[in-house]
Formats: sequence, C-alpha cells, structure tokens
Amino acid sequence: MQLFPCPFCGPREESEFHYGGEAGNLRPDGTDVTAERWAGYLHMRDNPKGPTREIWMHLTCGEFFAMSRDSVSHKVSGSSALGETEHGA
Amino acid sequence: MSASRLASGGSDIDRARPLTFSFDGRRVEGFAGDTIASALLASGQAVVCRSFKYHRPRGIWGSGVEEPNALVDIEGAGGRVPNARATTVPASDGIVVKSVNASPTALADRNAMLDRFARFLPAAFYYKTFMWPDWHLFEPRIRAMAGLGIVDHDWKPREAADQINHHCDVLVVGAGPAGLAAAAGAAAAGHSVVLVDDWTHPGGSLRHRAGKVDGMEGTAWAEATVARLKSDGQIVLMETTAFGLYDHNLVALNQRHRDSRPDTLWRVRPRRIVLATGAIERPVPLANNDLPGILSADAALAYLRRHGVLVGRQIVVATNNDSAYEPASALAAAGTSVTVVDCRRDAGAQAKAGIRILPGRTIAAARGRNAVQGVLLDDGTALAADCVLVSGGWTPTVHLFSQAKGKLAWSDQLAAFVPGESVEGIGVAGAAAGTVSLSETLASGAAALGPFGSSSTPAPRSTGAEATLGVVSLWPKPKAKGRVWIDYQSDVTAKDVELAARENFVSVEHLKRYTTLGMATDQGKTSNLNGLALLADVTGRAIAEVGTTTYRPPFTPVPFACLAGARRGSMHPPVRRLPLEANHRAAGGVFQEYGGWLRPAYYGGGEAGAAIREEARRARQSVALFDGSTLGKIEVIGPRAPEFVDFIYYNTMSTLKPGYCRYGFMLSENGVVFDDGVLVRLDEHRFIVSCSSSHVAAVHARLEEWRQDRFGRDAVYIHNATAQYATLTVSGPNARGLVEALDLGAALDEASLPHMAVAAGRFAGDEVRITRVSFTGDRSYEISVRADRAEALWMRMQQEGRAFDAVLLGLESLMILRAEKGYIVIGRDTDGNTMPHDLGVAGPRTKRTGEFVGRRSLFTEAANGANRNQLVGLAVREGEAPLATGAHGVEKSGGRLRSIGFVTSSYRSPTLGRPVALALIERGAARHGETIDVQHLGVVRQATIVAPCAFDPEGKRLHA
Amino acid sequence: MTRHYSALSLLREGIAGQTGWEKAWRSPDPKASYDAIIIGGGGHGLATAYYLAKNHGVTNVALLEKGWIGGGNTGRNTTVVRSNYFYPESAAIYGLAHSLYKTLSKDLNYNVMFSARGILTLAHSEAGMETAARSVNAIQVNGIDCELFSVEDVRRVVPIYNFGPDARYPVYGGTWQPSGGTARHDAVAWGYARAASRLGVDIIQNCEITDFIIENGRCRGVVTSRGAIRAERTGMAVAGHSSVLAAKAGFRLPINSYALQACVSEPVKPILDTVVISPDTGVYVSQSDKGELVIGGALDRIPSYGQRGNLPVLEGVIAGMLEMFPIFGQLKMMRQWAGIVDVVPDSSPIIGESPLPGLFLNCGWGTGGFKAIPAGGTLLAHLLATGRHHDISRPFDLDRFARGRLIDEAAGSGIAH
Repeated sequence: MQLFPCPFCGPREESEFHYGGEAGNLRPDGTDVTAERWAGYLHMRDNPKGPTREIWMHLTCGEFFAMSRDSVSHKVSGSSALGETEHGA
Repeated sequence: MSASRLASGGSDIDRARPLTFSFDGRRVEGFAGDTIASALLASGQAVVCRSFKYHRPRGIWGSGVEEPNALVDIEGAGGRVPNARATTVPASDGIVVKSVNASPTALADRNAMLDRFARFLPAAFYYKTFMWPDWHLFEPRIRAMAGLGIVDHDWKPREAADQINHHCDVLVVGAGPAGLAAAAGAAAAGHSVVLVDDWTHPGGSLRHRAGKVDGMEGTAWAEATVARLKSDGQIVLMETTAFGLYDHNLVALNQRHRDSRPDTLWRVRPRRIVLATGAIERPVPLANNDLPGILSADAALAYLRRHGVLVGRQIVVATNNDSAYEPASALAAAGTSVTVVDCRRDAGAQAKAGIRILPGRTIAAARGRNAVQGVLLDDGTALAADCVLVSGGWTPTVHLFSQAKGKLAWSDQLAAFVPGESVEGIGVAGAAAGTVSLSETLASGAAALGPFGSSSTPAPRSTGAEATLGVVSLWPKPKAKGRVWIDYQSDVTAKDVELAARENFVSVEHLKRYTTLGMATDQGKTSNLNGLALLADVTGRAIAEVGTTTYRPPFTPVPFACLAGARRGSMHPPVRRLPLEANHRAAGGVFQEYGGWLRPAYYGGGEAGAAIREEARRARQSVALFDGSTLGKIEVIGPRAPEFVDFIYYNTMSTLKPGYCRYGFMLSENGVVFDDGVLVRLDEHRFIVSCSSSHVAAVHARLEEWRQDRFGRDAVYIHNATAQYATLTVSGPNARGLVEALDLGAALDEASLPHMAVAAGRFAGDEVRITRVSFTGDRSYEISVRADRAEALWMRMQQEGRAFDAVLLGLESLMILRAEKGYIVIGRDTDGNTMPHDLGVAGPRTKRTGEFVGRRSLFTEAANGANRNQLVGLAVREGEAPLATGAHGVEKSGGRLRSIGFVTSSYRSPTLGRPVALALIERGAARHGETIDVQHLGVVRQATIVAPCAFDPEGKRLHA
Repeated sequence: MTRHYSALSLLREGIAGQTGWEKAWRSPDPKASYDAIIIGGGGHGLATAYYLAKNHGVTNVALLEKGWIGGGNTGRNTTVVRSNYFYPESAAIYGLAHSLYKTLSKDLNYNVMFSARGILTLAHSEAGMETAARSVNAIQVNGIDCELFSVEDVRRVVPIYNFGPDARYPVYGGTWQPSGGTARHDAVAWGYARAASRLGVDIIQNCEITDFIIENGRCRGVVTSRGAIRAERTGMAVAGHSSVLAAKAGFRLPINSYALQACVSEPVKPILDTVVISPDTGVYVSQSDKGELVIGGALDRIPSYGQRGNLPVLEGVIAGMLEMFPIFGQLKMMRQWAGIVDVVPDSSPIIGESPLPGLFLNCGWGTGGFKAIPAGGTLLAHLLATGRHHDISRPFDLDRFARGRLIDEAAGSGIAH
C-alpha cells in the first residue's frame, strides 16, 4: 500500500487515487491536427522507467494534481496542484 | 528414534493442563504449551509425514517456521486447516491431526514404493517424457499423486477476519534479545512501539539458550521487558508473523488466535522498522540426511528446554560451528550419550563434560529405514545412534529486508548472506544482521533504531556467557555418495542440483525452477543456501557470484480468509440501495443488481416473464410509475458553463434555452459514445447533466478533469447531486392526469410545459423539478425531489394512481418499452467501437466547427469507413419467437462464415404482439428491408433489417 | 551424451545415474555479427528464434537476454492458454498459437504439459448471459470451439462453486472452451531455447542492450554489455521493457506498464479441474499439476516497473476468489509475485516494423502474452525473415492507432484478456 500526497488532503492510501496520465501530454486542437499527431496525443506514451511525473486524481476530494515519483522504487518525491510549483512529499 | 518427555522441565508447557489429540488415528498426549510437533516427539512419533515426490518417510526437523517436513491436516474447532506446520501450531485438546501426502498413515504409506524408482525420476524428469502418445493420458494420475493436504468440501466460512490498520513510530519484528532491546529503547525514547513475534512467549533464543541480561536470566529478562512495554501502553503481539514488507514500508502481520476466530490481518505503517528476525540453522550435507530422527541441533535444545522433550538417547551431533555445543552439553546433562562430530580440526578446544568430540571428522552417511539407526563417518567409523543433530551454520532471516529491496552481502566469516547497505527507514538487528554474541546482539538492537533510539537510557547489557560461532564452510559437495538431501519438502538432492548445472540451468533462478528447490511451503528456509553453495561449487563460482533468488511474500503462508477480511457477501463490494427500497419491497419488487445498484427488476411474485410483459402492456394503456432515482444528476454552474457543456457534449448545447432540456451524447476522446442523457438548462449559467446510473462517478470525474485541466476552477463549478435527489417518473397516456392530481403547483398545459421543457413545482413545501422527457415514448414527467421526501411523493403517486389504474414499472419492463421505441442503452446497444454517426446522429459530426471531446477521432480512416456497424431494428416473420440477444448476423464470404454484427436487445412486445429487436449491423442504416441470416448457437434464422423504432414511429404519443 | 528426450532415454540415464544429459542449450560468446538479432529471451523471443531457424532456415541468429531466459513474464504468468476471441483478427492470432501449443511438446521434444482442461468464463447475471451469448456466437463464427453453458453445466464442471442462494456472484451460466487450458510456463521457455539452440541459434544470457546501432536511419544492430553486435534485422520481444528500448531507438509506443500480480496457495490434492474466470470479480483461478491454486486478477492500477506484489489489489482478488469458492477459505497463500505487463489502449499486441527501419516489434500483449507465444514467435520470425507482414500480423501493426483501427476485445465482448 503506497501513500500518495494529495496537495489538498495530505498523504492518503493509493486506493483513493486514480491515474490520470503522464504530465505534459498537451491536447492538440482537434479541428486542425493530423491523424498521427492526434494518435500521438491519444495513445503514445513515454512510459519512463524511473523518475516520472504524472497527473493523478484524488477520488475522495475530486481534485487532479501532478505527482513526481519513481516507477521502479515507487518513491514519491512530491506533488502539486495543477498549475502550482511542486513541494516535497 | 526414541524421543520422550522428561519428568520435569519445559518453560512453555503447563503440566497441570494435560491434553490429548489424535494423530493418524493414534492417541497422542501432551500439555498446554506444546506444539503439535513437541507432543508428537514426546510421544515417540518419528515419522510424521511423507515427502512430496518420493513419499520418503520424514520426521520433525525444526522447531518453528523453518520446518520443511512436518505438515499436517488438522480438524479443530474452526474447521479444517490443511497443510498446517506442526512445529508452529499449538496442540489443543480433541483435535484430529492427519499426516499429509500419506495414505493411510505416514508410517504405512502405500506409495512408499515410489522411492525405489527415484533414480528414474530425477529433478524435472517430467519435461523429458510423457509426450508420447500424449500428456493428457498421464496427467490425471500425476495430479492425483501431487498436492499435500486435503481440502474439506464441506468447510463453511466462519465470521469475517478482522483487519486492523495501525500507525506507530517503531515496529519491531522479533521479540528475541535484539528485538526486545530495540523495543525497550524506542519506548524509553518516548516512541509508540509495536513488537511482534511468531512464538507464544517472548525471548526468542533466550528461551532455550544460555544468556543473562542486566543480571537476570534471559527468559526472565524477556518477560519483564515485555511486561514493562505492555504496562507502558505499547502493543505486543505474540503468535503474530510479519509476513510482508510492502511499498512505502507497510508491514503486513498475520495474528493467530487461540479460539476459533480467523486470523487477524494488521497493516502497520511505522516510521521505523527494526527487523530482529533471527537466523535459521542449516542442515548438514550427508547421505540420507532426511531420515526421521535427524534434526536441527538448535531445535533439539528448544524441545528440551521449552517442552521438556528429550529427542533421543544415543545422540550424534554433526557440526561445523560452536553453536552445536550447547545442545550437546544440555542433552548430555539430561542423561543421554552424546558424540559430536565436528569437521573442524581444532574442535577439541570446545571440550565439555559428558560429551565425546571427534574433531576433523564429518559424517558421510546416516543409516536407517523409517528412523535413523546410526552414522558412518568419513573415515569409515560406524556409530550407533537413535538421533542425529545437525548444525551446519546459521542463515540470517533476511526475507523482509529483501522484500524491501535491500541488497545482501556475502560474509565469509559467517558463511552466509547478511543485509548489505541499509534501506531507508529499516534497521536490521541481532542474528538477522549476523551478530553472534549476546553483547553484540543487544547492542545491535538499540543501534537499529537509528534516530528513534534513546540517548539517555543505556541499552541492556549481557552479563553472562557469550556465544561464539567459529563457523567453517561445510557445503554439499559434488559427486557425493548416496543421496544428500538439500530441499526436504521438494525432494531435491545434491545430485539434482548437479544435474541442473550439467544441463546449463546455472542461473540460481533456473536452478530453483528446474529442480523446484525452495518452492515448497517452507519456501526453502533451510535449503536455499546449501543449494546455491553447491551450484557455486559445481560451476566454479563464488557463492556471492551465484547470488540468491528473489524473496517474495509471504514469509510464511497466510490464510486467504485473513487477507479477504470483511470484503464478502453484500460487502464485496457494497451494493448501492435506493431510498425507496422498502417501499418497492412492500409492493412486491423483485430486486436485481444493475450497475452496482440494487433495483426492482419487476413487481409481484409470479413468473418473471409474464409479470414483466404485463407491466409493459399496462404502461402503454394508462399510466406507469417508475423509480429512476439512480439517474445521474450533476450540476454544472458558472460563467463558462455554456462553453463547457458544448465542449463536453457531441451535440451543441449552448443554444438550449433556459427551462428546456436536450438529449445528447458524451464521447470519449477516441470518438466512441461513452454516455447519453439529457442536459437541462435551468438558467443562463446553470445546467444539470443527466447521465446513466452506472456512469455517474465516471462522468463526474471526466467533468472535473476537463474543468480543472482546460477551463479552470473559477470558470465552472461541478456538483454531483445524484444522491441528494430521487427521480420519480410518471409515464403513459394518463400521465398528465396523474401529475395534475399531485397538485405540484406547476402549469402542465402543452404551452407551459411542452415536451423537453422543465418546470419548478412544490410538493409538501419542498421544491420539485418536473422535466418532460421520455424513455418510454409515451408522455412522461420526471419529478425530482429531495431524496428524504421521496417516500411521501411516491406514496402520493400510488394513491392518486389508483384512479388511473397505475402500474409500477420494474427495470425489465422499462427495457421492453424503450426497445419498442428504438431507444438505446449505452453499453448494451452500443459497444466500444460505436460512434454517434453509427447511431444515426451524424449532424454534429458534419456541421459543428468548434472543438469538442472526441471530435478528431470521428474522422480517422476507421471512423470514415463504409463497413461500420450501425444501429438498426430487426424484424422476424409473423409467429416466430424473438431473436436471441447476442445472436450474430452472418454471411459467407470467400467460403468462410463471418459476423456482420449482432443483436443487442430483443423482446416480445406485448403491445405490438410481436418480437422487437435492436442490433448493430454492418452498413445497417442503408440496408433497411434486407433479409439477413442470424446465427445463435449454430442455428441460423432469417431477420429483416428495419428502422430501430417499432412503436409509434411518428412520436405522437409523446404529446398525447 | 543423451540428446533426445523420451521415457527410454530417461530409463537409460536412470541406470547410468543421470550423468549423460547434454546441455539444454549452449551458452556461446556473442559473435560480431549475425543475420538477425532477437532481443529478449522470454517465450516470444525464444519462439521467434526457433521459428526463424525452423520455418525460414535462418540459423545465424543471436538471441540476447539481459538476465536469464524465461525470467520475465514467461515465468510469472498464470499459464492460461485459450483462443476464445471475439474478433476474427484476434481469433486468427490466438488460434494459431493455440493450435501450435497442442503439438508443441512433440514438436520441441520437450514436455510443455499443455493440458486442455477447459476454460470456463462465468456469467453472473441475465445481462452477463446475453454478453456471453454474444461472445460464444462470435467465437463459433470464428471457427473456434466454444459453448454456452447453463447453470447445470457449470455445476457439473465446478461443483465446488458457491451456488448458494445468498451468493454475491450467482452463476447464470457461462462460456466454455473445452480445448483451452494451461501449459507449464518455464517448460515453454526452456523447450524453445533447447530446440532453437540445436538448430544453431546462439542464446546469450546476461547481455543487456545499451544502445542501437543506427546508420542512415536504419537499425544495423545493437550495442550490448558484451560488445557491439551487428545484424541487418533486429526484432524485439521484451515485455515489460518495450518503452525503454523504444526510447533508446528514438520512438514512443502506445504502452503503459503496470504490475500484474498473481499468487499461489499451498499445494493440495485435486479440487479444481478447469480454469475458471469470473469477469465480475475479475478473478481467474486454476489448480496446477503440483496442486497449488494459481490465482490471478486485475492489474495494479499504478504505472510501475517494480516487479513486486502489493497488498490492496491482492486482498481484493483473494476476496473475489472466496466469494466464488468459499471453501478455499481454509487454504493459505504460499507465494505472491508480480510481472510487468505492457498495456496497449486496445489490449491487443503490436507486431510489425517499428518507426526505426530494420527494427521489428513484438510487444504490447498486456496480460495475455503467454497464451500467444507460439504465434508471436511465428509472426516475428516471418517479419525478420521476409521483412513483410504475415497476413495474421498485418492488422496488429503499429499504424492501426493513427488509422483508428483498434482491435479492442473488451469493446466487443466486454471481456479483455
């Protein structure tokens, strides 16, 4: 059982969270984008082994936030509300 | 072997409380405080089970979790426990104990002859044969031979196991000297402590090995320390095993109970973990070392001092280290004859009264059939013996440290792997860290606390004799004569390890998998190191280079029931319930689960099909009442709300006038229809998203995601009001009459409240919302009311409904009504490929210029394709039965049958007097009138493609 | 040296003390160049090596494994083999694998213990039965054996299921593939390794890829911990690591990696004869020939490369299993582990040439890779030998994502893998 730091609620158990995707996957304007670029947004991922930054939703409070962690060791290094600077876990 | 109970002694047993149980049909006597194993030993039972593969007779080897042999099935107060470890389960009065893998008894096992064929059945032999004529001819007999314990088919679950989440400052695993020193130190520093130990009493090795702490006898000091911890309010859990160390240093504990309660699962989240888990004695490699009567020297000492059991009369001890001398002396002092065969040449220095020492010698082989009768030394000397004690050195118990991804380091001095560089938040102490003397052990316990230690209180001090080890390597050697057993339970010999290496299975993981070494229920606690040391020798590598296999949880087997806890029955997971459930039940509602909600499928006790059709028939005639409370009601409020709903929906929604509603689709970004429903616009900046019952949480999450990620928290506000409101629907030709009778204070005439309009009304002083939407095709009113007032409104509806012959609709009849109209249910009449233009709603795709969720995906090559499955109706010839839901449209192409879609909904319509069906059919929209083959379970029928709507296609009844 | 495996050779070796067996596979040092390189010594990589040699006569092949062969998902899965798939494309690929499995032991001269003990997928509601019917009909149209089971049929096959009136997951029926079953996972890896090695393939363990050799925009080989190795064609089958290697080659994949857990009970005498899958609890369970219950469930929903089990998902899986089989409440969990699965949005594999010409992919099998090993090997071998798709692999090309031609079994049947 991992503990994730919700920027709004503090450390909570992993089962309260929902993975929202890799951070920085910007949505292209769907009215003017190639099929390849759109597929890239929809499907292609860095899926890094090691340090990663992701978007998570805390189901309990309904807030989305960014979290930095390591996908191998599962160590969490920090989290921040969307659009804010990260602080340590 | 002639083990027996001494007339006195045994720190753990209470001779005033005798008990009896049966083993393989024999009566066994013991005392409270005995384990099953100690009682069996005391009763002279040498053979306690049969090995997995060769059905070799096996006896008790150890005195705790490391025991590889003594597995038994137990029938007790709590039902059967298969594969119980006799060395860790307390004996209790009246239980029935049966050896595993033996029939009829361990002593007289009818499969014992298998051992004679052992030379033809080496490790992994099954990969090399049974291929011809076919594996399936051999497999059933092999399966019947495999397995250990027997499952009780009549076993009934007991109460749910407790599961406890606990936070503390320091968790100490192991209540031996190191663990007690750590726990006492942490408590002295003012920290909250949890101390766990798998034994019944604290003290660990202090309970049977000599040692004094702060001037007290070891056992007395241990008990005093624990008493002090308890009186301090610290938590001490005995008979509790820390079995897993998981991510973020969560430790899982399995706590056993003496009564019939299921084991408790503790999930402990400490700030600091101290692992004082001790070490496990290793077997000594010698031929026939699996004979009953050959056991761990330390276990023999434990049985003597804890249980007053003498393991033999004529004892030979085989060792490579000093630790075997305390058992040897103690047993000699108890009146037995003891000879120590010590492979170290300088072993004479250990000379003790009453024991004979043969330095520089090893045992080549043990003799005996069902019990050891003697040994043969490497120089050919034969010694008679009824018991052989072995001490091949100590393997630190590093399982939890390794589970936490701690790296191990090889120690030549200890001839073992010890914890290497430290893991954050975890300290390792005592024998688990490789300490030998009590001084070192106690000091390491205090040191393992790190920042949680006490600077003011001194650590406990050893004030008695100090242990030494002086271990030299005594590993299994290649090409040894006879059968040297490495893994008792899996029946792996040294020859098997050599065979694996010969065949290039030289990775330690390959060795494990190929020979099954370490894969039995003891997970190789006694065998792993001997196995990989031999592999290292055979392949010319250092042991450190060979490395260990991965340690995986659990440390000891954990009951499934303990892991499941209270998640069972209606709590797995909890069903959601309607506010009006009691009313529906009173009205004869038969409930089923729909998308997590418990809802009335139909009313009345009769045959389901007839009851459902009758509800559907009556609904079309007068008026029907339906509880639609589970429908999602999510409010979207704010300055950018109109823009927001345009983005969220496939359909343009911002053009909707306040006081009206509109049906629309929500798409996923991949263009697939995710949900459908009605959007209500209450005023300029306030909408209510109505969505499918089972999708509420997912829709809410999506709305929040787009709000926070794209629009901003200040631009829109989203509130999920689903649970706050009940929605009660009145539908049918007489719906307006009934709603008027409810006297809600809203004008219901066609001009004031036309189809797809919304009005506010009041019921019993509370505001209600009346929406003219229909899922039946008849004039309908959805009335939303505070959930806690729903009962009053529902009762009133039924009361007023009597004049109209109102009928209660369950979910099943509603399904018929909407299917007659060609109204879809997402996920049933659509699949994970269905796009809105497949459902005949192509307008927004071609006309909308702005961006919305999923837009770009509606124009991929596949989305533009000509062969898409599209929503249609299917008609069958008059008098024929309905098509089967799930039947496929089929056609032959190139000689091969292929699917052209499938039936999604199919019913007999009581109103139309014929079947109606919806289907997704390839190019279906352009094929109305065409007859296709429809196949169900191999039977082919014909059906004609028609428009989805079979009833009132002009939609007159919506306004009637 | 004894080379051929049979009851007779086992008998002879028994008399001789089992000392004459030759190595199951050779472990040569890598050469500087080969006709083809296969990265990944799991089932798919080893099968690729074997079929390259056997079907195409390409034997100058190096198979590079960073650890020990069969140590990834091949050695961590729950060993289920089945081909009851909804879409024809899926049926073709898993059907190919299934048919090869049936004769694999004889083909390889290695008993992989393929056992057609039947696969039962339960339906727990009326709606579940309709979905089951939809699946059964699709599977039958695809030419694959599958039956729709009634409650009585289920009771006959798994009498120990919880048929009680208060069952949380009551049985309405299910789908049954009689020819589905299990195989011995390690044996599949070792059997392919032995057969490939005998045909001349160099199996090189402890050889980690550090980089690709890229010249003129083409993959010309790899740089490894044991030196540079060149080849005109390179294939990769590195489940749980695909994105990592793709990044080295300069492209991204539509993959998220997750831990998938499994566990086994202590061994008990035979109690469950088939593989039982419950879509509603997400649990699947069978009993191994050794007697252990082999239990699998849903993914840990946290992207991860940490090959270890965790508690929350496991607890849910166990609870689900006990709802299905309450009598398993008397048993204990003996071992818990996890593999890393590469999950693609449509849960179907990716097979074809990568964006880096000369580098070919076999990845993205998600939770269902084991059952596909013979097909994955056949198809990647075909690509490496010919440079072109086999008809069966064409729909699984990476280009399907931009074209929107996803093959999503869950979309059609409600049940993924």
